[in-house]
Amino acid sequence: MSLAHEAPLSGWAEPFPGANYLRQTLAVAESDIRKLIHDPVELFTRMVQPVLWLLIFGQVFNRARAIPTGGISYLDFIAPGILAQSVLFGAIFYGISLIWERDLGIVQKFLVSPAPRSTLVLGRAISSTARSLCQMVFVYVIAALLHVQLRFGIFALAGVVAAVMLGSAIFSTFSLIVACLVKSRERFMGIGQVLTMPLFFASNAIYPLSLMPGWLRAVSRVNPLSYQVDALRTLMIMGGSSAFGIGHDFLMLLAAFAVVMAVATRLYPSIVT
Amino acid sequence: MENAPDATLNAIEVQSLTRRFGALVAVDHLNFSCASGATFGLLGPNGAGKSTLIKMLTTLLPPSEGTAKIAGYDLVQHPELVRGKIGYVSQMLSADGDLTGYENLLISAKLYGMPRAERARRIAQALEFMDLAHVSGKRVRQYSGGMIRRLEIAQSMLHRPAVLFMDEPSVGLDPSAKRSVWERIRELRREFGTTILMTTHDMEEADHLCEMVAVMHRGVLAALDTPAGLKAQVGAEATLDDVFIHFTGATISEGGELRDVARTRSTTQRLG
Repeated sequence: MSLAHEAPLSGWAEPFPGANYLRQTLAVAESDIRKLIHDPVELFTRMVQPVLWLLIFGQVFNRARAIPTGGISYLDFIAPGILAQSVLFGAIFYGISLIWERDLGIVQKFLVSPAPRSTLVLGRAISSTARSLCQMVFVYVIAALLHVQLRFGIFALAGVVAAVMLGSAIFSTFSLIVACLVKSRERFMGIGQVLTMPLFFASNAIYPLSLMPGWLRAVSRVNPLSYQVDALRTLMIMGGSSAFGIGHDFLMLLAAFAVVMAVATRLYPSIVT
Repeated sequence: MENAPDATLNAIEVQSLTRRFGALVAVDHLNFSCASGATFGLLGPNGAGKSTLIKMLTTLLPPSEGTAKIAGYDLVQHPELVRGKIGYVSQMLSADGDLTGYENLLISAKLYGMPRAERARRIAQALEFMDLAHVSGKRVRQYSGGMIRRLEIAQSMLHRPAVLFMDEPSVGLDPSAKRSVWERIRELRREFGTTILMTTHDMEEADHLCEMVAVMHRGVLAALDTPAGLKAQVGAEATLDDVFIHFTGATISEGGELRDVARTRSTTQRLG
């Protein structure tokens, strides 16, 4: 497909190359974000889970001192993992909205517009990142109240924002792929439940890689959540260290996003057939 | 320009269009055309292949065989160009109930790449024209059925498509809401010369709005003529109901597959 086919079709000039692509992508994101502003209850209900993990699981294991955490408290160790987990849990069920909107005929309306398929996928990824940033603010507040040793430097915070957004974009787009494959709400919920816990436990979110048996460590190396947690642990916590190297973390996250974007863009139209 | 449409062609030219689902042939080597500016009605029992045909013509479903030219663009070769030229009002209530009427129009305008000033002007105009300006800030879930349909038509016309596809536009509407929707459709045609292809089960609607009517049955066109021509084929006193029964052997209330009936009922239910 040549780029000429994706140029404005109704005779409107683009102020700069790609302006139309950007406008269409942001329109998809805006549609979802406006709905969230009209009804933000979902954001509040999502706050319960990280509170439980930090307040109960984190506090108890903090006393046990059973897990090697590389010189930081267990609560400090687990806080980035819980942030990544809350982003994952929010994003992994995001695809059900696609099935819901397909049943209502909204997806069809988007698909008959001249917006390239990739804008429809990317726009949804962006709206998912907006939700994840609300989660991030909330986890920071809880972590601060529990005296987690947080870093507040501008570059550290920018890095955390980037890692949170990338993680959310990856898992929400992965969720779209699942939705396009299973096509029904019931099957989606079943598969979503099956996927969440393995993704979480096969990562370094609540224990370090060194404690894992070899096979689990191998699985965790292909789990994008591990790279997100690793980056967060370095950027979010005083004295936190990276097992893979932060550049490597972001490279892996970007590669994972490129893969899920490509697959989702290809599968997206099949949701209506 | 290589992809420029040929203005002398019909707005819709369907050429041997076919869609198979496994062994089932839902649309079977269909050929017909629709003149620019005309309103073309597609009648047929549920399961006749009407929705599959509309899905193919709106680029939602790739054909198994054959093609169609919409506003001069080939459906199979350049679906992305076809999309810039068409509007679509689905049978389902596709306006987003969680957004306001204004927001629904705004998102549509942006998806079609409309610049800010043009957007503001067209949205204000559309709200006025569809008599929705006073409720534009309300969420669509609070709208009546007729208001939702009018909003959807406004959404699908914002970018001034050459061809508008409507899948049962008045299903579930009460008689006065139905007439108000018909009136808006007629005015749109007058104002913009839009070609309309609509499916309907409502014979009165086909009689009121369509210059040409095709009766579809088991994936093929059983008849194609003006409403008057079709009636004359069946008998001197015939109505379009008689035409429908004559060419399909089905009664209108016979219904179709569970999925079709469920969808219609759900739309009707949401319309209140």
